[in-house]
Amino acid sequence: MKILVCISKTPDTTARIAFTDNNTQFDENGVQWIINPYDEWYSLVRAIELKEKDPATVIHLITVGGPDCDPVIRKALALGGDEAIRVNAPAKDSYYVAAQIAEIARQEKYDIIFTGKEAIDFNGSAIGGMVAELTDTPYISLATKFELTGNTALISREIEGGEETDEVALPVVVSCQKGMAEQRIPNMRGIMAARTKPLKVVEPAAIDALTSILSFELPPAKAGVKLVSPDNVAELVRLLHEEAKAI
Amino acid sequence: MSVLIFIDQSEGHIKKASYEVATYGAKLAAQLGTTAEALVLGTVTDNLADLGKYGIKIVHQVANETLNHLDAQLFTNVIAESVKQLGATVVIFSHTQTGKAISANVAARLQAGIVTGASALPDTSNGFVVKKTVFSGKAFANIAIHSAIKVISLNPNSFHTLAGDGLAEVSSLAIAVGNPKVKINSVDKIIGEVPLTEADIVVSGGRGLKGPENWGILLDLAKELHAATACSRPVADANWRPHHEHVGQTGVQIAPNLYIALGISGAIQHLAGVNRSKVIVVINKDPEAPFFKAADYGIVGDLFEVVPKLTEEIKKMRGE
Repeated sequence: MKILVCISKTPDTTARIAFTDNNTQFDENGVQWIINPYDEWYSLVRAIELKEKDPATVIHLITVGGPDCDPVIRKALALGGDEAIRVNAPAKDSYYVAAQIAEIARQEKYDIIFTGKEAIDFNGSAIGGMVAELTDTPYISLATKFELTGNTALISREIEGGEETDEVALPVVVSCQKGMAEQRIPNMRGIMAARTKPLKVVEPAAIDALTSILSFELPPAKAGVKLVSPDNVAELVRLLHEEAKAI
Repeated sequence: MSVLIFIDQSEGHIKKASYEVATYGAKLAAQLGTTAEALVLGTVTDNLADLGKYGIKIVHQVANETLNHLDAQLFTNVIAESVKQLGATVVIFSHTQTGKAISANVAARLQAGIVTGASALPDTSNGFVVKKTVFSGKAFANIAIHSAIKVISLNPNSFHTLAGDGLAEVSSLAIAVGNPKVKINSVDKIIGEVPLTEADIVVSGGRGLKGPENWGILLDLAKELHAATACSRPVADANWRPHHEHVGQTGVQIAPNLYIALGISGAIQHLAGVNRSKVIVVINKDPEAPFFKAADYGIVGDLFEVVPKLTEEIKKMRGE
């Protein structure tokens, strides 16, 4: 069994969101970088659990980015995984990233490719579907459970208004979310082992990005909360009905 | 050249979010001086000509029963093939669970640039620039699409549905469908409850409710408002409520018209899941709770006293 886990570097969930250079660049000042939580807590940890059940499993991690991604990918290796691949290029847009991953996937022939359901910075929810399409592989989005029986995967996924369980013969591309696994903390042995695990740096394939970011904006500030006395709940109902027209 | 809008259906009925993208696509078509056409996959009982009310001129239907269930590969094939046959230059999806399963795949197939989570009509005055939410709703980005075909996946509840008069022409589209590689073993729809991501009103509870046994007052309020129920992460982690109710950065992200937060302090990760709500009401006994800064209306008080009163007052207002 050979699994690829796609890893994205994102700002910490509590990072202050601000922009520089006339609102064209994300302000990285003081920002802590983490593994995108969906990639780490759900897809990587589930891959590690599959390897714990079947030690013959090989896990590769992949990220598309510059050398500044190395600490994050080392942290992912500390959790688990056998080796990492970094495609040495800026993550220009989702198509560019997915096409780079697909390029590697076509050479390595993975049984399972896991992605997070989205990255918490650009909220694209696009990489999994694109990689699946570019490698002509079935795609299961928003998975909450993943079980293997031989070469068949049983996957629960979120659909509108509920959940469904799918059965598919490998290979498969799966986007992962809450329910797949529980967050883990790297232990000292893992951190030590990660130092010597291979991190291959490969040069990107020639692919054109199809989109570009022109600028960022912050949402308009809220006008401020209107406080109502707890002894006058009727006033809140009146405001919601007459002023906000929300009920 | 036309704008093609993917219309999602479930059990023969058009989804609410699809009327929103129909309206959005029709406005965009008018802006571009072209026609808005819709694509429906599978068999439906709703009258497709009624999509004309939202500005759709032609509804193309691939009425193959295999397409009554979502399969990413089959849908991608059929949609991409339709786009080619119809010569569409813009393709619109709703950024729902269905949209997230297929929109990026279709874009990759067509080598089309995609913006997911769009929040407004594109600016087509100079190129094709789409605004989308980024950093989990904490900011917006303006993204230029450079490819010949453009794909947009619109955030649900971000565009006002407008129904007027008119009937669309309904036309059948012949496209080979093939066989699915994925077998659906079971479908488990939550019956009787309002799906969280489609709800107009959401009532949500946090640790301030002190335990699962106290959820009755929240459920009463939700019932009175025909609202969906949600909770904060600590509540889901403690198994007071099911995980699918968890809203926040790592849970479900929602954008209802009204979000009522009971006993939730409003950590930044929680706000990231709800900050696209139109109106936010916070009830919390701690006046320093950060959620008040993001709220439109608030009551500083004991929710165990305030919430039952609120339910009563709403009943009174409705003359019940």
